[in-house]
Amino acid sequence: MQKSIVTTARSAWKELKRNKVLFLMLMPAVAFVFIFSYLPMGGVIIAFKDYKYVEGIWGSKWNGLDNFEALFKSGKLLLLVRNTIFYNVLFIGIGLVTKVSLAIMISEMGTRRYKRIMQSLMMLPHFLSWVIVGGMAYNILNYEFGLLNQMLTSIGLDKVSVYTNEGIWKYILTFASVWKETGYGMIFYLAAITGINPELYEAARVDGCGIMQRIRYITLPMIKPTTCILLLLSLGGILKGNMDMFYNLVGNNGYLYNATDVIDTYVYRSMMQLNDYGVTGAIGLFQSIIGFVLVVTVNNITRKLDADSALF
Amino acid sequence: MKKTLEYKVFNTVSIILVTSFALVCLIPLLITISGSLTSDKELFGGMSLIPKNPTLDAYRQIVRNGMNVGRAYLNTIGLTVIGTVISLLLTSMTSYVLYRRDFKARGFFSFYFYFTTLFSGGLIPSYLLNTALGLEDTYLVLLFSCLLSNTQIIIVRSFMTSNVPQSLIEAAKIDGAGDFQIFCKIVLPAIGTILATIGLLTALGYWNNWYTASIYIKDTNKYPLMYYLQKIFNDASMRNKMLLEGALEADNFKSVGESFKMAMTVVTMGPVVLFYPFFQRFFVSGITIGAVKE
Repeated sequence: MQKSIVTTARSAWKELKRNKVLFLMLMPAVAFVFIFSYLPMGGVIIAFKDYKYVEGIWGSKWNGLDNFEALFKSGKLLLLVRNTIFYNVLFIGIGLVTKVSLAIMISEMGTRRYKRIMQSLMMLPHFLSWVIVGGMAYNILNYEFGLLNQMLTSIGLDKVSVYTNEGIWKYILTFASVWKETGYGMIFYLAAITGINPELYEAARVDGCGIMQRIRYITLPMIKPTTCILLLLSLGGILKGNMDMFYNLVGNNGYLYNATDVIDTYVYRSMMQLNDYGVTGAIGLFQSIIGFVLVVTVNNITRKLDADSALF
Repeated sequence: MKKTLEYKVFNTVSIILVTSFALVCLIPLLITISGSLTSDKELFGGMSLIPKNPTLDAYRQIVRNGMNVGRAYLNTIGLTVIGTVISLLLTSMTSYVLYRRDFKARGFFSFYFYFTTLFSGGLIPSYLLNTALGLEDTYLVLLFSCLLSNTQIIIVRSFMTSNVPQSLIEAAKIDGAGDFQIFCKIVLPAIGTILATIGLLTALGYWNNWYTASIYIKDTNKYPLMYYLQKIFNDASMRNKMLLEGALEADNFKSVGESFKMAMTVVTMGPVVLFYPFFQRFFVSGITIGAVKE
């Protein structure tokens, strides 16, 4: 046993000497990741502590599962998890439909120039910051002069105070998510459609298939693997709220917390405002662990379906 | 005959749907630009896609306010340029080592980087660490925010694997070239396209980042552009809320104007939108290389 450790160490040393330049080239990234990704992992113990600023992470007293208990009892955790999953399912589901259908429509179009221009326009929102999107959303939604309310009054309806109305936000957030990411996410499906063997379409044409039949029996089955894998990968992140989006669209708007608070916005806000590090750390750890389990599970399923697409 | 009718219907419906979606993508931008050219008074009377009495007042106000915006702009440009260069160097160097077949520990290190995407310590531990390292209120913490991404390492490495044959490396080694030399003379020149793609992604990451600044930066002189913009939005909505709740008297109420906010939005997104036609083609080709492995 001891001998094998010695030989392993010796061969590792030999490898280190043989490839010392390569090791040297790798070191900056390794050190960077160690400091900024691995060191904080040790910090998750804060979730089990009664954190006091003056005592620091290591000095603060352990309090077992008290932080988690507080979260469960207040019902906060349940609400956050429910919102996060609810919104992600909405975004993933509706996003999938819009991406696939628009990709099919674009791929069936004749003129390349038109296709390219349309695609560029649809992709543009992806590159804008959510801060900017939040500002633009305000221009459309606000009570005083927003475009939406102008349209409502012009057809004789009452104004809607969007920023105090909980119920409306699931539509707005879904719309914003689809608006921003459809053009970009479509690329993967377009690539899959381009990869379909043209002879299949030719054969279908000879057999007298109409366009709907062609889509139904060739395009959709052929892009199914890509769709499944993209879907699975996004399911792996179902407990990650899109902080960037929620925070910039909703902001620190107390009226809407119940309807729009997701794990990430809550963690951010309670760190910035409440300074309740123990409880906040507990949510973070909960999210990390469930997220980890989800990704590993999803990856195992993916590997069974298509070994090349699995992440590891 | 039936076939062509079906096709015509499908085609018409597609053109209508695709065009309207594309327009919907564009309209919020147009509204914002138009609003920035309209006076506040007129804005409250009703917005339109084309300003009726265009005025540059909002932009004049920005210029008068120039110091802060200019400073934020410079901060962001500096960060974007320096950060992207360092990030590209770091990413390509790391990918190169992991791509080398004769580097025995590459499996271990690939996993070492990959694991960070599976599990993270979360916001609070990172925050405590960064403050303990004295990174609060420094440019360094902003620089570190988008420096290294495992996704990019994977994309660059798989690009190398399919574009630079390992036999080329072996031949160069036999000719006496060192590992670093091979990287500079053989590998780097061969991966230009992918570096352009991920370089643009990184640059956009820096340009659009407000999050890091909102947590760590207190000194207004160090605000990057996007955080500066968010701050303006947040302050305005805070004032509106206080006004609504009667906590603030209307007489003392001096908010930034709506058209000023829109003009700031235009100024902030300007470079991205202006360069967009030139850089967007890199993405379509580059993204599909990395394809699903995002």
